[in-house]
Amino acid sequence: MFLQQIINGIVVGSVYALTAMGATLVYGIMRILDISNAGAYAIGAYVSFFFLMQTGSPIVALVAGVTLTAAFGFLVQKFLYAPLMNKSPNVSLIAGIGLFIFLQDFLRLVAGPQARELNFGTLLPSIQFPSLQLTLYGTWFLILGATAVLLFILWYLLNRSPIGLAWRATAQDLETAKAMGINTNRVVAFNFILGYGFAAVAGILVGILYNAVYPTMGDVPAYKMLAVIVLGGLGNPLGTVLAALVIGMAETLIGGYIGFFLPRDAIAFVVLILILLWRPQGLLGRRRTS
Amino acid sequence: MYEQVIAINVGLAMLLAMSLNIITGFAGQPTLGHAAFYGIGAYTSALLTAKAGWPFLLALPASGAMAALVGVLLGLFSVRVREDFLAVTTIGINFVIVAIFQYVQLFGASLGLAVPKPVVFGIRFGNTEILILLIVLNLLVYLFMRHLPNSWLGLALGGVRNDEEAAASLGFNPDHYKVFAFGIGTFIAGMTGSVYAHFMGFISSTDFSFPVSVGVLSMAVLGGLGTVSGPLLGAIILTLAPEVFRFVSDYRMLVYGGLLVLMMRFQPQGMVGDDSWLRQRWDAVRTRGKGGARRG
Repeated sequence: MFLQQIINGIVVGSVYALTAMGATLVYGIMRILDISNAGAYAIGAYVSFFFLMQTGSPIVALVAGVTLTAAFGFLVQKFLYAPLMNKSPNVSLIAGIGLFIFLQDFLRLVAGPQARELNFGTLLPSIQFPSLQLTLYGTWFLILGATAVLLFILWYLLNRSPIGLAWRATAQDLETAKAMGINTNRVVAFNFILGYGFAAVAGILVGILYNAVYPTMGDVPAYKMLAVIVLGGLGNPLGTVLAALVIGMAETLIGGYIGFFLPRDAIAFVVLILILLWRPQGLLGRRRTS
Repeated sequence: MYEQVIAINVGLAMLLAMSLNIITGFAGQPTLGHAAFYGIGAYTSALLTAKAGWPFLLALPASGAMAALVGVLLGLFSVRVREDFLAVTTIGINFVIVAIFQYVQLFGASLGLAVPKPVVFGIRFGNTEILILLIVLNLLVYLFMRHLPNSWLGLALGGVRNDEEAAASLGFNPDHYKVFAFGIGTFIAGMTGSVYAHFMGFISSTDFSFPVSVGVLSMAVLGGLGTVSGPLLGAIILTLAPEVFRFVSDYRMLVYGGLLVLMMRFQPQGMVGDDSWLRQRWDAVRTRGKGGARRG
């Protein structure tokens, strides 16, 4: 049972890492808490659901869900966030919340309020170990594999490619990067395409894991991803992965063993507040420079 | 009466928006958990009057004090962390406090709490009396807000918001003023919660959940953070919007979300902030009234 809980915690943590990665990337460049990223999470799942219904092909559904949501991310930054870049962070925050509310209601009106099945069929078989009381579900392998591959691609893009160099320079100091001849507008656009693409993958994978898509599926990620990115040190992709694993593990183990009196979704914030008291800059954040 | 209930809701929203404006608008500390303090006030008042038999007039300030106590603790925490960390921490506080209301027996757990109608000097409070009380409280807070920007406290808070280090070099301790702003803002929110509890006669944890906090912040930002009249305008508009758009009831949230996006995109400084459309019109009317035609 213990082993089962540990692996379950890692799977939940991986889902959180993917979900929060989009918002981490956006924060890294724009310094805004992008709540509408959770809207992209639901949109990705729904677009994928739609294409699965129309074509019956999981590959088409997956590719369409991710690319269309990434394109949506491009539009969001072009028409909403980029013009608000030099305004107070509260403005972008409220704009993002407004967009999130809008998207959620839009999905409800278009697709109906009820949960729909996102059935990709059995992609991978489950494996059982009766002697260890352990069941490894096929969807778990799918999620762990997808997370590992995507995080590797992200690491490669950010650390080993020219656009990654531009990304890191812009994240450090947008004005200086611009003065050095980096096309920061393109970096910002790339950032949103990548960020919303990640959100879509997370939404689709969670849809497959629970075999359901529904309009309010972005509600819990909307605030939990904030807890994850803040715990990780805000805008630090590695910190986000670490924080996601810490929170996923804490939720599974505390919920499963200690029977915490608080509901599962409050645990993330209790962990966050306790760790911030000890490290105000988050797990891997830099100290404030004042 | 329908109109009275709407007016009471507007009055509650205006108090909440003004109290948040003290923390976020004047002291520059982002708060996304204001409903937690509203809830602390409501539950304190409910317990004091229903279980301990306190009179409403004593429970009202006590609710504010209880909220302010937690608010000051949050203020002490806020001086340690950076802005965006604080914003998310306040979300966390909202979730944790709602969870406590929902799971602890003392607070009625998932059943909620019944709250007696207040009796003051022999008068049993109905909606009319609640409305009068709200108007009085709104006036008091409004006068305080009017006075604040020109007072030593307001100037110090403005200094903290605009440039913390400069304020510190002039001998202000920014930390004290931040904590102070949290104390006042949450005190008002707590009192508002007390009025809400006695108006509704019944409270449960979901009345104070995260979306309520988002709503309050939206009101203040929509109207204009840091202005005196902006949050009031925002509170009126966003409270009335669901009523006005009742005829498209199925699209209400769509309209609400769209409204927030469009307002932030085209009037990011708020409806009455510097250089906003309304303020320009207002200035134009005023200068024309004085005989000047400077603004063509």
